[in-house]
Amino acid sequence: MTVTITRAGEPIGSGAADDDYDVTVVGAGVVGTAIARELARYRLRTALVEASHDIGNGTSKANTAILHTGFDADPDSLEARLVREGRHLLAAYAAESGIPVERVGALLIAWDEEQLALLPKLLAKAERNGYHAARMLGAGELAAREPHLGPGALGALEIPDESIICPWSTPLAYATQAVRAGVHLHLDCRVRHIADAGGSHLLTTSRGPLRTRYLVNAAGLHADEIDRHFGHDGFTVTPRRGQLIVFDKLARELVGHILLPVPTAAGKGVLVAPTVFGNVLLGPTSEEIDDKSATDSTADGIDFLREKGRRILPALLDEEITAVYAGLRAATGREDYRIQEYPALRYVAVGGIRSTGLTASMAIGAHVTGLLAGTGLELGAPRALPPVDLPNVGEAFPRPYRRADLIAEDPAYGTLVCHCEQVTLGEIRDALHSTIPPGSPDGLRRRTRAGSGRCQGFTCGAAVRALYEEARP
Amino acid sequence: MTRLERSVDVLVVGGGPAGLGAAAELAASGAGHVEILEREQDAGGIPRHCLHGGFGVRGTGRFSGSGPRGGMSGPAFARACVAAAVGVGAVLRTGVSVTGWDGPRTVETTGPAGLERITARAVVLATGARERPRSARLVPGSRPPGIYTTGELQRAVHVHGQRIGTHAVVIGNEPVAHGAADTLRGAGLDIVAMVTDQPVSPLPALVRAWAGFPLLTGATVTRLTGRNRISGVELRHEDGRTTTLRCDTVVFTGDFVPEHELARRGGLVIDAGTRGPAYDTGFRTSRDGVFAVGNLLHAAEDAGVAAAEGRACAVPVLRGLAGHDRPAGPLVPLEVDPPLRWVAPNRIAPDAELHDGRFVLRTGRRLPRPHLVVSQDGRELHRQRLLLPVLPGHPFHLGAGWLERIDPHGSAVRITAL
Repeated sequence: MTVTITRAGEPIGSGAADDDYDVTVVGAGVVGTAIARELARYRLRTALVEASHDIGNGTSKANTAILHTGFDADPDSLEARLVREGRHLLAAYAAESGIPVERVGALLIAWDEEQLALLPKLLAKAERNGYHAARMLGAGELAAREPHLGPGALGALEIPDESIICPWSTPLAYATQAVRAGVHLHLDCRVRHIADAGGSHLLTTSRGPLRTRYLVNAAGLHADEIDRHFGHDGFTVTPRRGQLIVFDKLARELVGHILLPVPTAAGKGVLVAPTVFGNVLLGPTSEEIDDKSATDSTADGIDFLREKGRRILPALLDEEITAVYAGLRAATGREDYRIQEYPALRYVAVGGIRSTGLTASMAIGAHVTGLLAGTGLELGAPRALPPVDLPNVGEAFPRPYRRADLIAEDPAYGTLVCHCEQVTLGEIRDALHSTIPPGSPDGLRRRTRAGSGRCQGFTCGAAVRALYEEARP
Repeated sequence: MTRLERSVDVLVVGGGPAGLGAAAELAASGAGHVEILEREQDAGGIPRHCLHGGFGVRGTGRFSGSGPRGGMSGPAFARACVAAAVGVGAVLRTGVSVTGWDGPRTVETTGPAGLERITARAVVLATGARERPRSARLVPGSRPPGIYTTGELQRAVHVHGQRIGTHAVVIGNEPVAHGAADTLRGAGLDIVAMVTDQPVSPLPALVRAWAGFPLLTGATVTRLTGRNRISGVELRHEDGRTTTLRCDTVVFTGDFVPEHELARRGGLVIDAGTRGPAYDTGFRTSRDGVFAVGNLLHAAEDAGVAAAEGRACAVPVLRGLAGHDRPAGPLVPLEVDPPLRWVAPNRIAPDAELHDGRFVLRTGRRLPRPHLVVSQDGRELHRQRLLLPVLPGHPFHLGAGWLERIDPHGSAVRITAL
């Protein structure tokens, strides 16, 4: 199958009715790419359209990178079911496609008597969610497991299967596989208007018209705007900003597990977690804002996180900070996913996918595909997808710079460009010539880690940019 | 994973002025196989990207060694440092990275030729320093392109000939900030302002007259703005006013931190002040046979100081190779009281003597002509009045004539600024 990725000109599929897409997925975040990948298993003409210049470039790129068990979800919610299914699907998929995952486990820590009293309730909730491996830890065992914890921790609920995952490899694997299987990916393609064209939808995009019989709205923060083109007023996305601080790799040995706060009415609170890149993450904040582009960090946010971090893991604050960033979660005012099919419109809206969306993504893909079938889309028999094997960017697995076999074959894997993250020329070259090449140096950073280390480009920034520019068509 | 096992006499990690200086002096003194590993494709360190002159003046002349002399450009100085080391038989290997330790004096490396495990009789760490990036300075705001450190800027302009922008704000007022300003103007940018959170000093008037751009003192960067490109720098002034400087480029300068990762991964004791390895006047770290030189120890002094220090460490390294690494007796820590930030060297061994007779220090805020008082267990060892104000980011020095008055069995020696 030919690979079709367009970044300019009219999106393909805009000519005669025969050229209509069967399905168009709007939004190439982790949810949209997962849906496109699922659709790629069927003989359909599928398009994936994305407003920005890269996949996974919105909410998906700035989350807490946790593969949840769903132990604390509302047991009757759609979210609980899809997280439960999705985590097994994604864990298996990650293993076969090279997405780094580490099962570090989580500790839900009680810092006062009130929180301690809540732990048994959370344990019971985990059981109701079909998760049976959680157990209580006393203060002594907790201190032994996490010796750098701040004073005052009274106990914890251990959830051994909570894992950390690479948030960038996941949508990249989905999109790569979808595109290789024949899905057309149209980047820089913002949907401006949707009209009924008698049996198909006519999308007016920033790059021209596109016709499709079925439409899936996975536009994340902008899902409500897409939904309104159908005359709906079903939900409103209110961005909820989460600021996060990434600490230097030298802090990694301070923490063994994902350290979760006990959830309260005010939200899930601030966590400390290792990352698959060997850093330590502190965050997020939770701020209701109006602006869907306000991914700024703020002085108040940083101060708030540092104060929380000092309580949880005091020694963390002595380490250098590698990055501060903010992501926007697509909150809809209801604590569940909003996935709704409209058979008459040949349309499925996928809204309100919160931070658990990464975990649930594959299950959402299957669920939405089922809904499309229910609205009349003929899927036919599924076929196996060509496998993907992404280059490893995780610390728990052998990276190219440590692999004598790779270097012997190609010395570019022994030529380090980014020294903080040990990224080689070979990996950068591969990413620049991959199925879905990055649309910016930042996209290259997410694919390879080049420039994301402690020096933030002091040493390699100019060289990485030069490699990126050189490879641009 | 197959690794080539090798042994050398002295392994120098880092091919900047300090590492090259050490290798040159050691190879010339018959230390045996002296090998320098430089992770970048070219050796010479930071001076390679500093096109301004004045290199090789300070820091030389106090020694009769074979080091480079005279005022020259950074790249010329870097080439001279390389030539001095290679010329006396030190083996320089570029594009080879040390990726970790596998023993007290054994390191693992990666290079295009493959993986190695190198064991040395003595290791000299000379991994240098870097400027803190914007994130580590906790500057809030957006994260668009157009934000640099001096290091990245100079490589972008001088090595890769990249286009930078048109209007730049320079954050910082250390000498390196002026180097960044020179690079920006050489690349055709207008400098909107140089910004420092330090208070007004007599210097700004001079700078303004000489440099042709405003120096804003007592101003804190509160936010960066811009989506696809940096568009502004928000400032809060001492009197509470806020302003926004419009620009498309911001350079964060100075605020150096040691590249201490390898030292820390090796379990070396780290000094709380410098954040580099704790070391004594013989460049000895907490581990036998592992020495450290240059800006890894004190981020950052100028290249001439680093080069001279590299050469000076040859004597203790040779002594170590001869089996006389460390004298018997306790090591006394040297500590500073705020607002002083650090002192280097920061451990005193029984055989202490200083290669150029003085300690280097930093302050966290400006002090007008302070008295430096050295004391131990409440006993004053030394008092010295400095003739000039001391400023953050600028070195000042303390004589070493009091070393013999230290009680080797006493507690830490403290340096206080009054």
